[in-house]
Amino acid sequence: MFTQVEKTPAQTEQMSETRLIRYVDALREAFEEEMARDPKVFLFGLDVDDHKGIQGSTIGLQEKFGKDRVFCTPLSEDAMTGVAIGAAIAGYRPIHVHIRMDFMLLCMNQLVNMAAKSHYMYNGQVKVPLVVRTMIGRSWGQGGQHSQALHSMFMHVPGLKVVAPANAHDAKGCMISAIRDNNPVIFIEHRLLYSTEGYVPTKSYEVPLGKARILTEGTDITIVAVSHMVMEALRAKKHLESVGINAEVIDPITLWPLDMETIMQSVKKTGKLLMVDNAWLTCGASSEILTRAMEMCQEEDISIPSLARMGFAPTTCPTTKPLENLFYPDARSIAVKAYQMTQGKKAKTWEPPVSANTEIDAFKGPF
Amino acid sequence: MYDQIITARLYKTMLLIRQIELRIAEIYYTDAIKSPVHLSVGQESIAVGVCDALEKDDIVSNTYRCHATYIAKGGNLFEMMAELYGKATGCAGGKAGSMHLVDIKNGVMGASAVVGTTIPVATGYALAMQNEAKITGKQRVVVALCGDGGTEEGCFYESINFAALRKLPIIFICENNRLAIHTPLEKRWATDQLCERIATFGIKTHKIDDADVFTIRDTMVNALADIRKGSGPIFIECATYRWLEHVGPLDDHKDDYRNTKEYQTWKDNDQILRLGKMLDEKTRIQLEDEVALTLQQIEKFAEESPYPAAEELYTHVYAS
Repeated sequence: MFTQVEKTPAQTEQMSETRLIRYVDALREAFEEEMARDPKVFLFGLDVDDHKGIQGSTIGLQEKFGKDRVFCTPLSEDAMTGVAIGAAIAGYRPIHVHIRMDFMLLCMNQLVNMAAKSHYMYNGQVKVPLVVRTMIGRSWGQGGQHSQALHSMFMHVPGLKVVAPANAHDAKGCMISAIRDNNPVIFIEHRLLYSTEGYVPTKSYEVPLGKARILTEGTDITIVAVSHMVMEALRAKKHLESVGINAEVIDPITLWPLDMETIMQSVKKTGKLLMVDNAWLTCGASSEILTRAMEMCQEEDISIPSLARMGFAPTTCPTTKPLENLFYPDARSIAVKAYQMTQGKKAKTWEPPVSANTEIDAFKGPF
Repeated sequence: MYDQIITARLYKTMLLIRQIELRIAEIYYTDAIKSPVHLSVGQESIAVGVCDALEKDDIVSNTYRCHATYIAKGGNLFEMMAELYGKATGCAGGKAGSMHLVDIKNGVMGASAVVGTTIPVATGYALAMQNEAKITGKQRVVVALCGDGGTEEGCFYESINFAALRKLPIIFICENNRLAIHTPLEKRWATDQLCERIATFGIKTHKIDDADVFTIRDTMVNALADIRKGSGPIFIECATYRWLEHVGPLDDHKDDYRNTKEYQTWKDNDQILRLGKMLDEKTRIQLEDEVALTLQQIEKFAEESPYPAAEELYTHVYAS
């Protein structure tokens, strides 16, 4: 198993008891606790009540909460999104589940035209407390239509919140916050994170939406990474340590609203910002974060930091492994980029050692 | 046969809709209303026949041609007119305009400008009402209105299927004026057997060809009784005719894209004229005076209300 969150003193103080559990089980706990707490919460989508239970994240919920609160639907992604919005307007708190983010393109009319706009357009007469759970796929040939990470499309639209937790602790805490939030929240999971373990409190807790997390402190460069790329960035940090470079790794957790203050505090310290998105670059989260960083420097009249970004190759994701490997940034390519940024262009080239097997190599399909 | 009280009520509401919309058309040239308006002139009997059968806590969901249903369901008239004027006192503080009228207190869900979009949202509301009834013991019903164009959207069939699957307390109503903007039904539908298509989902359907307000109301009364007992969804197709242009205040028959003979047939069948003749003169004149007075009051309110303050641009982007 691939443990990514180490117990920090702050967490130990805050939380009386934690244990090491998987990301997917942390999600399941969030549903179970929130559904027990609030009878208005319900969960639905294709296959949520089958024997596999969305990789285990919904297993046992129907037995516990009944068929009115946990139920499968026809595919009908467009109408089912509208159904979720209507129930939310009527005072319920639906959690609508998609097994891949690619299918959310079928929901865009409802999400953009209704979910995002209703509270504003009807001047506060209605609220849409909706969670849309969706999973980014990767590896084992997920290919062009099972691997897309479309968070920037949702970040673009006022009225939506977008969150992409990268570890078990934040998955549970963010899910609890998302369920309790009175706005539509696009909750982005990653298939490769499901098996990763983290220390998760036994008690219920919220990870606030709109607050970034500094995962490791450093002084030489700020690396901001999204979703599964957080794991790669943490591995890159280890590579960089071996050559004496101390990287600060930040996970924004919530992509909108974006916590630029935490990012900027770090960038002011390091003078260098490397943004590693788990997505394409054009008009993406990386464009937004780097632009905001520049704007904020200009507003404060301070010198613009060294800026760079990495993300998916500007192609459709290929299925074959040799090409797929080239499609994604990885710990080594991130480390090399950070090395170049800190050492200058004239520095000698550096090749970090090949990483040990990771969750990427461990993942096997077919699902 | 209907008694005078119900006839008078139906007449008054239809007349109120007609007069408000004709007044909107009349003042439209002044640009006091800076919003696209999709008028229901000629189609009033559907909104009124449908809504008269509902209880106050039942819900209607609407298309962008939403004035008639908003008025018939008891939406606040002052707030409606102020909304069209873009004023702070409007039902959505001036942020919605004509196409997105909303009055949740009176059971009017917000309307959408994107055809078909409110159908699944209404279906979700019905799902919530089905659950609520298990606690309260009272089954509130949702009415989802759409046009013939709305039935061409995928989400219409997705919603019909889901509502039938879960026996939701919802009545789907198609106001079939045979036009999508300017394009006639014949260019859009392979066959016009809409009710037959819907029936294959196991849903009871009704087709009303003449826009008779009493027939519409009777059909609704029976449908509501069944649904409150758990029958599941019901579908009603109501034929009608749009007297004016798709959007805007004008009669566009001169544009020659539709049949003026058919228009005349529908005008001869005007339910407002028909019910007016069924009332004694004194009652009719009294109702007309009441409507005229209301019209003056709401127009004055809209004119005199302030525009929203600048900071309103940023309110309600996110709910707290």
